[in-house]
Amino acid sequence: MPVYEPWEAKRGAEIIAEHSHLEGATLVILHALQEAFGYVPEPAIPMIASALNLSRAEVHGVVTFYHDFRHKPAGKHVLKLCRAEACQAAGGDALAARAEAKLGVKIGNTSADERVTLEPIYCLGLCATAPSAMLDGRVVARLDEARIDALVAEAQQ
Amino acid sequence: MSLRLFIPRDAGAVAVGADEVALALEQAAGKRGVALEIVRTGSRGLYWLEPMVEVATPKGRVGFGPVSAADVASLLEAMLSDGPHALRLGLTEEIPWLKRQTRLTFARCGIIDPRSVEDYRAHDGYKGLERALKLTSDAILADVTASGLRGRGGAGFPTGIKWKTVAQTAADQKYIICNADEGDSGTFADRMIMEGDPFVVIEGMTIAGVAVGATKGYVYIRSEYPHAVAAMNAAIAAARRAGYLGSGICGSKHSFDLEVRVGAGAYVCGEETSLLESLEGRRGLVRAKPPLPAHKGLFGKPSVINNVLSFAAIPFILAGGAKAYADFGMGRSRGTMPIQLAGNIKHGGLFETAFGVTLGELVDDIGGGTLTGRPVRAVQVGGPLGAYFPRALFDTPFDYEAFAARDGLIGHGGVVVFDDTVDMAKQARFAMEFCAIESCGKCTPCRIGAVRGTETIDKIRAGERVAENLAVVEDLCNTMKFGSLCALGGFTPYPVMSALTHFREDFGPAPKRLQAAE
Repeated sequence: MPVYEPWEAKRGAEIIAEHSHLEGATLVILHALQEAFGYVPEPAIPMIASALNLSRAEVHGVVTFYHDFRHKPAGKHVLKLCRAEACQAAGGDALAARAEAKLGVKIGNTSADERVTLEPIYCLGLCATAPSAMLDGRVVARLDEARIDALVAEAQQ
Repeated sequence: MSLRLFIPRDAGAVAVGADEVALALEQAAGKRGVALEIVRTGSRGLYWLEPMVEVATPKGRVGFGPVSAADVASLLEAMLSDGPHALRLGLTEEIPWLKRQTRLTFARCGIIDPRSVEDYRAHDGYKGLERALKLTSDAILADVTASGLRGRGGAGFPTGIKWKTVAQTAADQKYIICNADEGDSGTFADRMIMEGDPFVVIEGMTIAGVAVGATKGYVYIRSEYPHAVAAMNAAIAAARRAGYLGSGICGSKHSFDLEVRVGAGAYVCGEETSLLESLEGRRGLVRAKPPLPAHKGLFGKPSVINNVLSFAAIPFILAGGAKAYADFGMGRSRGTMPIQLAGNIKHGGLFETAFGVTLGELVDDIGGGTLTGRPVRAVQVGGPLGAYFPRALFDTPFDYEAFAARDGLIGHGGVVVFDDTVDMAKQARFAMEFCAIESCGKCTPCRIGAVRGTETIDKIRAGERVAENLAVVEDLCNTMKFGSLCALGGFTPYPVMSALTHFREDFGPAPKRLQAAE
């Protein structure tokens, strides 16, 4: 389970300063912020804009374009289920429905107790051992009912 | 007593327990007092046998798989005594599935330690660069052109022509960009080579830099591939330490350095101009062409942008293999293609072979049919933008032009197999839905067409005015195909229309006039 720092403007400024000299630094900075805080805090946006000589709208546009960047913290665990064709062919749809039912949460949402965020992912490149998933950054493949149940149980801890 | 073992660190092997197997083997060996050296390699690409453990023997490496942590005690015994074991596969190189391949690009994958420059060099690595450094730019370009190599990302554009354009464009700064945004479902060759033989990608990019006069390169890797990101970063650092990257590479006058950049979950960023926007730190909006990236690419500078597999093919070609490479293949598709067999398939994995193998051979013979044992009904070739082919088209040879002639594409070489339980109307709907989710939003046919397409297929599946709505879908597909800026909107009609054409029976009741005629 990943551990994140609470948002602090000073720490945010340090992270931004660390990367702002790079060519096309916006995505690098956003990734670094999310790695530290678990999401991209709203107050960071004008700070990035100022550091990179961009408008706030431009930075906001980048944050919202990419599926990866979160606007608020995720649940304690993030379970990503591959929903792409190779996993569909190997029975992934039924397993996704099973995970939704067990967790009581639809894909794209976080459980009420904020323990688990269930997300779709479009291909982990594990297509010859489909269906596959990723729990907090750990890849798991050749999923069947028993293995998805174990993953769900682990995510609920 | 000592043993030298090889266990993949490849994400595909790790996802089915390779780390646990390595750990269990270490513990079991410790208990028995056996000195164990474990080399974490890439995968050989025989994924139904992963986790596969190989042991070094005087005759060569002997493979065992698929191994689970529970097998390690008996496995260790069999390895020490060179005795029989239920999971014993014999000499890895003699496994027919591997032996019948032509591994040029993937020659080292699964064999070498992907973090060791020395191991790479010991297996013919850096021979291409060493030769390239003695050649003129024109001579390098001549080799690339003579090899007949075409872009392996999917578009199949001749690599030699692309490089020549950049070489001939004057600029104070040029870039080499590796497109490692392998988003197509059913494809994993880029991931495998980056994790299993990252130096071959680095060497290919360095040769490109020398050929066109670029000093800086970026590898844009999707965020869904954390293992590949780690492997490339480690390899780049190792290459820099060994003098293969940085200023004055290998003591020459050429300088070249690389940096990994990580995507952020946008499929459209695999499109080259969208990728450039993303690298520049912006929304991944597709650019109109011209100008071509070869003239005005990253930050407006001339840029070579190629797929991972295109760069990975270069070292073999420059090591004196241009003619040998071109001798493989058929028609205008020269060389080998790393084909990826995936989905509901018995023997899934990486099969590198000369162009010309038929789809039927790939699916039935090499792939062994479906994993579920049910009949194969449809095969999607080329990712989410590729067509669904029925068995009737299994005689199609793997070749850019042959697939195009049948309204399909080979794309990045992914083959996803579906059995007879597949609902093709659902697959067509997914193609539209995926395009709607991933559209960059710049052009109307893609942005609106995909949403309308999804809604209309929903109506068809609900049995609502089926004939009229099918006509709407067809019309939308035509608009998207001819009116979209890039391949996302432009190629989404391939899966949709192929599903409609070849699997019409899945799209609700037949139109009234047909029923009347029966």
